[in-house]
Amino acid sequence: MRNDLVLRVIAKLLIPFILLFALYVQFHGELGPGGGFQAGVIAAAAIVLHVLIFGLDATRRIVPERLVETMLAAGVLIYAGVGVAGLLLGGNFLDYFVLSGDRVYGQLRGIFWVEVGVAVTVSGVMLKIFYMFAARGHDDGEDA
Amino acid sequence: MNLAAHLPAHLPALQVVLPLLAAPLAVLLRSGNAAFVLVTAVAWAAFAVSLGLWQQTGAGAVISYAIGSWPAPWGIELRVDRLSAFVLVLVSGMAAIVLPYCRQSIEREIPKEQHYLFYAMFALCLTGLLGITITGDAFNVFVFLEVSSLSTYVLIALGRDRRALMAAYQYLIMGTIGATFIVIGVGLLYLSTGTLNLADIGARLPQVSGSRPVLAALAFLTVGICLKLALFPLHQWLPSAYTYAPSAVSAFLAATATKVSVYVLLRFYFSVFGESLLFDRLPLPEIMLLLSLAAMFIASALAIFQDDLKRIFAYSSVAQIGYITLGLSFGSESGLTATVVHLFNHGLTKGALFMLAGILVIVAGGTSLSRLSGIGKAMPLASFGIVLGGLSLIGVPGTVGFVSKWYLVLAALEQGQWWLVMAIVASSLLAVVYVWRFVEIAWFREPRADLPKDRRIPLSLQIPAGLLVAATVYFGLDTSFTVGSAAAAAEQLLGMNQ
Amino acid sequence: MSLAGHFSYWVTIFLMVAGLFILISRGNLIKKLVGLGIFQTSVYLLYIAPGKLIGGTAPILADNFTVYSNPLPHVLILTAIVVGVATLALGLALTVRIRETYGSIEEDEILAADLVDDAPAAEEKR
Repeated sequence: MRNDLVLRVIAKLLIPFILLFALYVQFHGELGPGGGFQAGVIAAAAIVLHVLIFGLDATRRIVPERLVETMLAAGVLIYAGVGVAGLLLGGNFLDYFVLSGDRVYGQLRGIFWVEVGVAVTVSGVMLKIFYMFAARGHDDGEDA
Repeated sequence: MNLAAHLPAHLPALQVVLPLLAAPLAVLLRSGNAAFVLVTAVAWAAFAVSLGLWQQTGAGAVISYAIGSWPAPWGIELRVDRLSAFVLVLVSGMAAIVLPYCRQSIEREIPKEQHYLFYAMFALCLTGLLGITITGDAFNVFVFLEVSSLSTYVLIALGRDRRALMAAYQYLIMGTIGATFIVIGVGLLYLSTGTLNLADIGARLPQVSGSRPVLAALAFLTVGICLKLALFPLHQWLPSAYTYAPSAVSAFLAATATKVSVYVLLRFYFSVFGESLLFDRLPLPEIMLLLSLAAMFIASALAIFQDDLKRIFAYSSVAQIGYITLGLSFGSESGLTATVVHLFNHGLTKGALFMLAGILVIVAGGTSLSRLSGIGKAMPLASFGIVLGGLSLIGVPGTVGFVSKWYLVLAALEQGQWWLVMAIVASSLLAVVYVWRFVEIAWFREPRADLPKDRRIPLSLQIPAGLLVAATVYFGLDTSFTVGSAAAAAEQLLGMNQ
Repeated sequence: MSLAGHFSYWVTIFLMVAGLFILISRGNLIKKLVGLGIFQTSVYLLYIAPGKLIGGTAPILADNFTVYSNPLPHVLILTAIVVGVATLALGLALTVRIRETYGSIEEDEILAADLVDDAPAAEEKR
């Protein structure tokens, strides 16, 4: 990996803002365009940028594969967990109305956690796919 | 708040949610053994749930479950009637029987560190198949279809042979084209009726019936679904996929995947479009009849010339799908009964056959016929099971295959079409030929010298396969469950749009 | 409705046919996936275009707007896009594996290699 100062400095500056923007898209999702899918992809893009500039090994020390694999499973569990919570509180599956005493607030609470689950899974999946393709030929030293 | 008391009401949701939860948990567990225990337990739980649903719908009730408590035309609905309950029993039952078999089987075929991912994929595949069957929402059908298809491609690609990769790739291309055709069809229906709920589309369709977008939707859906169910000549992906997939995967897919697609076809044809559009205004029965006959004869003939046992079974699957769609083409209650019965019976038979083929692989090292010579003397029990399954493919009395063909013949006679009876018998004779090829090689050839001395087969492989073989005989003698459910399902299906 | 009024449908049909054509005519596994992607994209358009009302706003309740675009197709297609991405990723992953085991991503070369695979099995029979 060539040591390119400009790229490294700019990337370090940009990555926090990209992550912050991901959070904005995530939490603004109820009021305007945005949501878990988009936020997850943007967050993953920040990490992908890190790989491009600092190399796969450096990134895997910060965001290990194990964490990524956990993320992609955990997000689905959060989503399904919201559904099961609806069941346990006496409603149907994915019933947000019963999540809070106030029906409207229950909807907000439900969609919030569902979107969290979506964001976690999507960024996990995106990173996993990227790692898988990037690691091909990288780990065994040949360009396949 | 008392969950136990509310449990029966939530069975439709649990049917899908249990395997859906099992998949990410299996990934988190990161251990093949733990994932095996979890997914197997969940499959049995799903089987219990499906039996519960079958019982609830027994009296002809239609269960509707509103996801998120949003009522039906607006929210996503899970809808269980007799037909879907019957298919749910088949799918979850096959999963429950195949999973114990998986453990020893994949030990020999898949690297250890991938086992937990195998079980996660299996759980996802089960989720998808159950989801397709239970959902009452047209777009949801597509989503679950893709959940099951994508995991299926992965499962097939895990096969030992490198040709498994190409088989998976080809299935991916064909499957995606099929699924995309289905979405186009659903989209056109949505544009014409403004709703995605299957029952609601069915109710609104008469207002726009016969308009060109509706006919286009019917065409797209028919082609798309027929690709997924491998109706001749859209079956090209099936033989390689079933041949090179791991044995357990072949067994599960052959028993369930195409059957669920048949269910989707029935659902769209009879619950959405209705018989009058299909049978009075379009030449659909004629087309279906022709393709079914082509499948019965050409695929059976192709099966005769294959040199690999699993490939023979795969082509025979294509032929048997011909029988399933033949019943559909009559559009009568008895024809549909035959279709639904054969759906179940053929699932049982093919599941048993592919499991037994997987057992032969362990000893013979492959399923090419040259490797299997004399296997009948070396492994009498497994080979005998294959012959029993083969008899069921032929349709010998005392096996499930006979029951299906009996009802098919009855349906043909009801239409007064004697020549069809002859065709059914003639195509069964072709099945005699390919089953006889196995018998000849297994018993009338000398066993190969390089067969291993240690021919013990783990019980966890023998018992599930034996159970299914026993089931093919049992349901061939006692037809009250299969024919009873199928007849009730056919009656309900045809009664819906009147 | 004039021909121009059905503008979006013409684009849809063009993409659909173009995608299918690439899928059928090309033997390169990557190009096939490209064709598949184009084919799927046509469906996105088929759903999205009719959902848009000219002059309609995003479907968020506000006092000074009365015409809203239909949000449902967007949600459906968001799902379909995710499915498409998953299919593409899986297809590419399979292609990488095929390239590693066969050393080629041309369909005819792979099928030829398979025939060679089959040959020893045929000899064994004698």
